[in-house]
Amino acid sequence: MTHSMNVDPNTPLEYQSSIGRLNIFGFWIFLGAEVALFATIFATYFTLKGSTGGGPLPIEVFDLKNTIVMTLLLLTSSFTSGIAIHEMRRKNVKSMIIWLIITLLFGLGFLYMEISEFIHLVHEGATLGTNAFWSSFYILTGTHGFHVSLGIGWIILVIFQVLKRGLTPDTAKKVFISSLYWHFLDFIWIFVFTSVYLLGMVE
Amino acid sequence: MFDFIKNNLILDNPMILAANISILLTVIGIVFALTYFKKWKWLWTEWITTVDHKKIGIMYIIAALLMLFRGGVDALLMRAQLTVPNNGFLSSQHYNEIFTTHGTIMILFMAMPFLIGLMNVAVPLQIGARDVAFPYLNNLSFWSFFFGALLFNISFVFGGSPDAGWTNYAPLAVEGSPGPGINYYLLGIQISGIGTLMTGINFIVTIIKMRAPGMTLLRMPMFTWTTLITSFIIVFAFPIFTVTLALMTFDRLFGTHFFTLTDGGNPMLWANLFWLWGHPEVYIVVLPAFGIFSEVIATFARKTLFGYKSMVTSLVVISFLSFLVWVHHFFTMGGSAAVNNVFSITTMAIAIPTGIKIFNWLATLYKSRIQFTTAMMWALAFIPTFVIGGVTGVMLGMAAADFQYHNTYFLIAHFHYTLIAGVVFACFAGFVYWYPKMFGHKMDERLGKLAFWFFAIGFNVCFLPQFLLGFAGMPRRIYTYAPEDGWTALNVVSTIGAVGMGIGFVILVYNVYYSFRYAKRETTGDAWNGRTLEWATTTAIPPHYNFAVIPEVKGIDAFWHMKQEKKEDKKEKIEYKPIHMPSNSATPFIMSVFFFVAGFGLVFELWWMAILGGIGSIGCMAFRSLHSHIDDEGYYVSVEEIEKTENLFKKEA
Amino acid sequence: MFKNAKTLLIAMITIISLIVIVAIGVKTELIILDPKGPVGIIQKDLIMYSIYFMLAIVIVVFVLFTFMVIKYRDRKNLSSKDYKPDMHGSTMLEIIWTIIPILIVTALSIPNAKALYELKEPPKSSADKEPIVIYATAADWKWIFSYPKENIETVNYVNVPEDHPILFKVTAADSMASFWVPQIGGQIYGMPGMVNDLYLQADEPGKYEGRNSNFTGEGMTHQQFNFVVLKEEDYQDWVKETQENAPKLVEKTYEKLMLPETVDEMTFSSTHLEFVDHGKDSEYAMKIREKYGVEIKGMKVKTDGNDENDSEEIDSKSEEASSNSGSHSNH
Repeated sequence: MTHSMNVDPNTPLEYQSSIGRLNIFGFWIFLGAEVALFATIFATYFTLKGSTGGGPLPIEVFDLKNTIVMTLLLLTSSFTSGIAIHEMRRKNVKSMIIWLIITLLFGLGFLYMEISEFIHLVHEGATLGTNAFWSSFYILTGTHGFHVSLGIGWIILVIFQVLKRGLTPDTAKKVFISSLYWHFLDFIWIFVFTSVYLLGMVE
Repeated sequence: MFDFIKNNLILDNPMILAANISILLTVIGIVFALTYFKKWKWLWTEWITTVDHKKIGIMYIIAALLMLFRGGVDALLMRAQLTVPNNGFLSSQHYNEIFTTHGTIMILFMAMPFLIGLMNVAVPLQIGARDVAFPYLNNLSFWSFFFGALLFNISFVFGGSPDAGWTNYAPLAVEGSPGPGINYYLLGIQISGIGTLMTGINFIVTIIKMRAPGMTLLRMPMFTWTTLITSFIIVFAFPIFTVTLALMTFDRLFGTHFFTLTDGGNPMLWANLFWLWGHPEVYIVVLPAFGIFSEVIATFARKTLFGYKSMVTSLVVISFLSFLVWVHHFFTMGGSAAVNNVFSITTMAIAIPTGIKIFNWLATLYKSRIQFTTAMMWALAFIPTFVIGGVTGVMLGMAAADFQYHNTYFLIAHFHYTLIAGVVFACFAGFVYWYPKMFGHKMDERLGKLAFWFFAIGFNVCFLPQFLLGFAGMPRRIYTYAPEDGWTALNVVSTIGAVGMGIGFVILVYNVYYSFRYAKRETTGDAWNGRTLEWATTTAIPPHYNFAVIPEVKGIDAFWHMKQEKKEDKKEKIEYKPIHMPSNSATPFIMSVFFFVAGFGLVFELWWMAILGGIGSIGCMAFRSLHSHIDDEGYYVSVEEIEKTENLFKKEA
Repeated sequence: MFKNAKTLLIAMITIISLIVIVAIGVKTELIILDPKGPVGIIQKDLIMYSIYFMLAIVIVVFVLFTFMVIKYRDRKNLSSKDYKPDMHGSTMLEIIWTIIPILIVTALSIPNAKALYELKEPPKSSADKEPIVIYATAADWKWIFSYPKENIETVNYVNVPEDHPILFKVTAADSMASFWVPQIGGQIYGMPGMVNDLYLQADEPGKYEGRNSNFTGEGMTHQQFNFVVLKEEDYQDWVKETQENAPKLVEKTYEKLMLPETVDEMTFSSTHLEFVDHGKDSEYAMKIREKYGVEIKGMKVKTDGNDENDSEEIDSKSEEASSNSGSHSNH
């Protein structure tokens, strides 16, 4: 595995090392696996979502306002993460870090609201073990939320490394890949929002 | 804590007690040997922390052989129990645990690591690369596999093995199975599965991005092709199983209702999700097997593989169709005629590309010059034997008829014909074939052929009668039967065959020792007059950097063509450059230990332990993130060292 | 042809093994190929039809294989025209050996599809007769047969008249079991909360083996039942006699049947359908087990409040329920 120093200044920094190129490609494949993972959870959700006996119906306990705010937070965080990458391309390290931190704050806001929602639902009698519908609900949204939590931790570690070692092909690669992950989570959330909350309110 | 250990250590069954004691003695023996010969540091630096694909491959294969031993003992115990009616040798409970561990071990902890081990040994060499794309991840893959398998394997001496079959259907596996047994299944496989997914990603990137110059996709060796396609199947199928196992874990440990009988759970959902992964899984093991056969047959028939493009296309078609047949595992679960019809058709359709491959292998033999080496014997025996498995598969795929075959010994015979003649024969063929590349000498031919005949004939004697047992109405997974059932004679024959297979295995393992002592050491990298690049290394066991100079590829069977062209030995001085190699790492091993701790905690619902393991695993990931820039630096192999290694055998030759 | 003793030995072992297996096979009752009713006959015909095709394929492959391996084995004095090491492929051959399998698969699919639809209907030979409806409920580890119209119930045996279509409504109380009488016809799964229909018909009086072919745990091997085919008059007599003389099924007795154990044959003059329809209620058996203190994974046992997992209850599933094995042999 040789390091080839690619000196073309037009190549984005994260693609300039061979490790960078390999890692990015590998991460796209990993995202393919994540698609299969979430697809399975969605399939489970759709199979079991009719089993609402013994617990409150979603329409009785969902707070769509809360969910819309959560969605806007996450969507915006995806957008700010895009800005961060843009700043990275322009080699504005300080700006990039600020936008990454803003992204994290939106992400934390998303998580805070999701956890509050869970607490509210539990109080309304919709727990993990209430029935098949609620089990599926919690696993689907919870798996997504767990991924978001890991993502936040990851991006914090990456910011720390940029602060310590500056913007190098290596740290650029890490910023880029973590941002790919972040966009992916937003992408999944769109499906969650639609299938669980929107459809849940209609039926 | 003492109570915990006392309650879970299984001491009342003499066989298990004996196993407990043997395991203890073996562990003590190994620790003693390592200490006495002062090999701890060597073990740590050369093997545990290695990122060298060749060594990781060897570790996988050693683990697989150990698991083959255990799975084989399970099989012999089962056969012993079934030889005569109303046999009191094994209780129902014990038998149920044994067939569960037999199936799970053979597929997930024997076939998978064996093939992944061979992929690790051969593929980077075949494409002219120095290692895989992610060597650190490769090490993690091995240790997750190892600790997942370890977790599963200790179940029978501590806590009780899973006992709901390797298919682990709900409701039996949920409401019907209190105790840690099923938890061992769910967590052991889950941890091991992490490793497999990582391997899939690793090999896709390696094969797509790291081929030698001139090696286009359509010039790759067939084993590399099958590895690539298999890796794609792994990437899309394994996450399904990850979710499925997690959902049942939640049902059993946290009171959710995915597969439960109460509160809206749906046991049929388990069957569907399990087989959505489960069917692609059998193709994950059979496609690399096909790749191995393509290599071995072409090499020892001394002829190019017939129909290369057709072979590649059929691989792609098989992998695609493999995701579309899963319902055939439960035609009898009450699906409509329309649904069963569709899946009958897709199931029979998958036989078409497979048949195409068989004919291409036969055509490869046409006007060839067949050398009957041990590896070739395994590959040749595969052809007719696997076809029996294949055609019985088509029979099973006809849903209306399957209502009579389902869950009978006809089914058992079918899948053993495809799995053993397909996968196990390939593992043995690949093992013998690449043995000189791994250890620098060949396995003894005489012993190899003896092992082959015992195993191959024993296999047919064991499983051919089972087709008839299926027609005689014998269901699978029963621990005994009555004399009036009329199944005794065929069962006796079947057991005799199984004993033959056991003898074959013992001879094969003995051969490892025998050839270590007596075999002539190889002086070149080309033990068999090979056709593909792995044989183009300067030494039998390649230097850790594989190739001093990455070869330039001009066609299929790259090495064969290099040899044809190199008529004159031009003594030109080759300009070596320092080679950049990846460094060892201890983090994956430690992370995998934390996986094990977390898994064990969850198995016994010791939440503090599970949380500790979880935090430890995530901590290791964080450490890796902060540390990767140092890990990834690697080191350089100096030009002097390269020259010394490369010329080591040139002087002698 | 056989150059040495080793080859001869191997050939002889192979041939002798084959002969032994075939000889024993001929003497074994391959009941699936000897069906005693129209449903089994449909399946047997399909099986035989497929065997012919598969035999043809196997013979072709074996013949080609043997030819290749013998003719092209490496030896001295091989002519160079019999060695073409660079032969790459042949599009024509690829087409042939793609099309022929496609044709074979098509030839197999058509009767299979036909049979699948046929099997969902009552057998044609007795189209004039109204099918007798019998509920077959699997409960660990026994089979409970309910005749709703006749209002009788049997455990571990089912009596049916010959030449009469039976509509089995297969369900289960707890585990996913497979209802199977191999000599009469194919199987179907029963699951709690679901009912699967299976038409069977027997053309010859006799006692046939019925089994559960899907693994349901420790007692699965013994989850067998007798499928008894009586002449029409004998069947009617039995129904009447049972209705008059057999005890009524009391709910407490039925509850005991929900516990995981094997039992002897029983007969009743009322059915459990008054207490529960397992086809609609998937929770009944678990609730009963809970009541009796049987440990169930995922459910909190109310009686002893001890949720620690004790490994010694590998056998305790049946241990706690061993109180009465409730065997009333009334047949």
